[in-house]
Amino acid sequence: MLTTPFIVLYSFLYLGLLFAIAYWGDRRADRNRSVVASPTVYALSLAVYCTAWTFYGSVGRAAATGAGFLPIYLGPTLIAALWGTLLLKMVRVSKSQRITSIADFIASRYGKSQRLGGVVAVIAVIGVVPYIALQLKAIARSFTILQSGPEVQTDTLLTTMPVLQDTALYVALVLAAFTILFGTRHLDASERHEGMVAAIAFESIVKLLAFIAVGVFATYFLHDGFADLFNKAERAGYLNPLVGEGMGGYENWFALTLLAALAVMVLPRQFQVAVVENSDEDHLRRAVWMFPLYLFLINIFVIPIALAGQLSFAGTGVDADTFVLTLPMAHDQAMLSLFAFIGGLSAATGMVIVETIALSTMVSNNLVMPFLLRRWKRLPPDADLGQLVLRIRRGAIIVILLLGYLYFRFASGAYALVSIGLISFAAVAQFAPAMIIGLYWRGGTHRGAMAGLLMGFGVWAYTLLLPSFAKSGWLPMDFLLYGPFGIELLRPQALFGLDGMNEITHCLFWSMTFNIGGYLFLSLWRPPNVHEATQATLFVDALKHERPIGIRLWRGKAEIKQLLGLAERFLGNARARRAFTAFAARRDVQVPEDLPADAETVHFAETLLAGAIGSASARVMVASVTAEETLGLDEVLHILDEASQIRAYSHELEQKSRELEAATAELKTANEQLKEIDRMKDDFMSSVTHELRTPLASIRAFSEILYDDPKVALDERRRFLGIIVDETNRLSRLVNQVLDLAKIESGHVQWRDDAVDLGVLIEQALAVTEQLISEKGVRLERALPENPCVVTGDTDRLMQVLVNLLSNAVKYAPDRDGRIGVTLSRSKDRYRISVRDNGPGIAPADLESIFEKFRQASGGEDKPIGTGLGLPISRRIVEHLGGRIWVESVERKGATFIFELPAGREGD
Amino acid sequence: MRQSALTRQRLVGVFVLGLLLLYSPVLALFDVAAEWAGFPVSYLYLFGAWLLLLLLAALTVEGGKQ
Repeated sequence: MLTTPFIVLYSFLYLGLLFAIAYWGDRRADRNRSVVASPTVYALSLAVYCTAWTFYGSVGRAAATGAGFLPIYLGPTLIAALWGTLLLKMVRVSKSQRITSIADFIASRYGKSQRLGGVVAVIAVIGVVPYIALQLKAIARSFTILQSGPEVQTDTLLTTMPVLQDTALYVALVLAAFTILFGTRHLDASERHEGMVAAIAFESIVKLLAFIAVGVFATYFLHDGFADLFNKAERAGYLNPLVGEGMGGYENWFALTLLAALAVMVLPRQFQVAVVENSDEDHLRRAVWMFPLYLFLINIFVIPIALAGQLSFAGTGVDADTFVLTLPMAHDQAMLSLFAFIGGLSAATGMVIVETIALSTMVSNNLVMPFLLRRWKRLPPDADLGQLVLRIRRGAIIVILLLGYLYFRFASGAYALVSIGLISFAAVAQFAPAMIIGLYWRGGTHRGAMAGLLMGFGVWAYTLLLPSFAKSGWLPMDFLLYGPFGIELLRPQALFGLDGMNEITHCLFWSMTFNIGGYLFLSLWRPPNVHEATQATLFVDALKHERPIGIRLWRGKAEIKQLLGLAERFLGNARARRAFTAFAARRDVQVPEDLPADAETVHFAETLLAGAIGSASARVMVASVTAEETLGLDEVLHILDEASQIRAYSHELEQKSRELEAATAELKTANEQLKEIDRMKDDFMSSVTHELRTPLASIRAFSEILYDDPKVALDERRRFLGIIVDETNRLSRLVNQVLDLAKIESGHVQWRDDAVDLGVLIEQALAVTEQLISEKGVRLERALPENPCVVTGDTDRLMQVLVNLLSNAVKYAPDRDGRIGVTLSRSKDRYRISVRDNGPGIAPADLESIFEKFRQASGGEDKPIGTGLGLPISRRIVEHLGGRIWVESVERKGATFIFELPAGREGD
Repeated sequence: MRQSALTRQRLVGVFVLGLLLLYSPVLALFDVAAEWAGFPVSYLYLFGAWLLLLLLAALTVEGGKQ
């Protein structure tokens, strides 16, 4: 089996690999070829949410409560859907104000208050250090279990071993070294640690693969898949699938979800990876689904491992929290158990590293700095404050990890450590009201936030922390059972008599009630002061501004030398000069010394410092070298108002110019249309006059003959007069049709909406043209359906179309053996009528143009037969009725005119 | 994340659907001691609903250029 040196070797190989990845990530970042600038890496780094508590603890929770582990992951899944506004706002605010921790975020929101930042930092340390202890314990415990294999020990006495042989201590020291190396390389305004993020993303992959490997082993190697496992578990009585029952009521299910949803937003390590380390807002887009997907994948095998473990270890007393490791061990899977151990190691180390960086930033910027800066003028003028800040951070990292280690040594198997996961969540959840309400409501004040935090934290300590101490034997149990001094109403886990809830739900309810209640009550007590109002606007309107407007909110006297000197003391000469030179270039100034010491420069210096020492401290520092005039609240509100008015005004201008452009374009098109219509009118006039001239000419010619020569024979005379009558008819037909077309085109026709039965109409049209047909002697073929075919339209106009098409067909049909046909059919929701003849047909080029005015099919050398207006009129009528008309033809074989009309609704 | 207001609102819709599926009496409908294809109905439902939510979220932000 696995020997101790072997396990140690592999652990160090793994940690060495982590160092290498982090080193590589940092090197790439220095060369501007970032490896973490990818949405996938971003989503993976968010999975630092899954700690050893997930890796080992989920199975334990599943064994005890069935689905009780799920809310811890469903909460983040749900809240991730809101990241498009919530997290985006946090990221944008933090970027524009150079916020690098939750303490800074809350302090900044409520007027850059140093005290508020300090309180947040203290709460975070108290709430999170035990959680770090839990991770150290998980590593030490899994190590002890693994080296004691192949037998699975039920009880490992971790604290009885001397400190110097304690794995956890060495782990803590290695992690401190890692965190110092990759977390505090230099004091940077952005506080991003690309190497660390690369390592964390890698760890996320390792722990996921390890967990899935154990899951597949438990499900498919120990058993025949999910169904088989569930079946066996049910027979053995381990299956506990009821959510409400397993959780002790749906209210606990809901409360845990809410708690997890808040925690994923406000845990210091989540804020670090999601906000501070974010390199591009666009990465949020993929995280919205990929982070929940990760959670989904790492949870698929939790229940199977829990059930397989319970089946394997029935009656042996092996703790379900160790199943991930002990299950492969018990089945002699040395390599798999090593992999599981490495997975747990990666889950624990990832959490410890990120959490420690986040806490050390808070401790240095919000606890140590304010004290230090009060006396900074007394420090030697050449003291390198940047190095000092870094040293403070490194010291904080070591102290935090040692605190974690001490808590682990001290509490070890106690309830206070075992149950710390959710207790820790409940502690940091106290940040949520001040953070989230403050992002959407301008009215929150410094006093309100302070009151809410302190009251919420107090209630948390009273209802969760102290009871956990009592359950660990550090406080008398009487306190828990009968309340302090026997006052039953104040029993910590049945506060004010609220009994029968699970302790987490109970704490969440009361702490949030006091937290939010205190926050709202004191915020509404007094209006925000000038700093609070300014910051409130910058936070609440974060998504409205492309660039921060804080610049304008400063007035006073400053000297550029002083500002530059200040920045140099914290960031070092080179770094500060580089930043100022870049800023100068943006303002078209050659050297930083020539910069005007105006509001914009002061603002720049302050945000530059904020990245390094926190916004509250930066504000104090800048104030110490400048003489700021205090702006009145009215003035600030006026400036903000002005800024928004200017925005509104320019928005309005843009709107106007857009409207103007649109109007111009419209006019242009209208003008084009008018020109086109004018041209068409000219064409039409010349066509009409041309058409009128032809019959007039022949009328005139024949009349002159008759007039000039009285001796024309009677027969001739009759013939001439006949021609004159025909031509006159043609003229009046032409004039009528021109008038008709003009009427249709101008829209002056009164259309009737009759229900027209097309079959009947065709019969009527045939009756009208019967004379014509029989005169010419053409044969008529008809194919009309029996049942009525009803359309909505104008009977007279449709008749006009039919008569026109029929008489055309008769006209063009040959004199001998002429045939015309009429068919009516229905296709889907349209009726189709076609009229065909076996005349000369139409040349392909003319198929479309014959529907234009005065275009007739050239029927050979004969003079035109019709007026050339019948088809254009027909087309307009059909189109007006929502149909279409066209012609199909094979030359010398005849032509078929077809038109379709939409079928009327049934019952019309 | 320059996504349209519509995308954000759709994601809020996914959130609301999640509340309905997992935190309303709908859950109780499936929280029964029965099994389907060898799986306890409640587990199948919880994981199915979870998968549905993240698929919808993925479709919303990645699907198409609207």
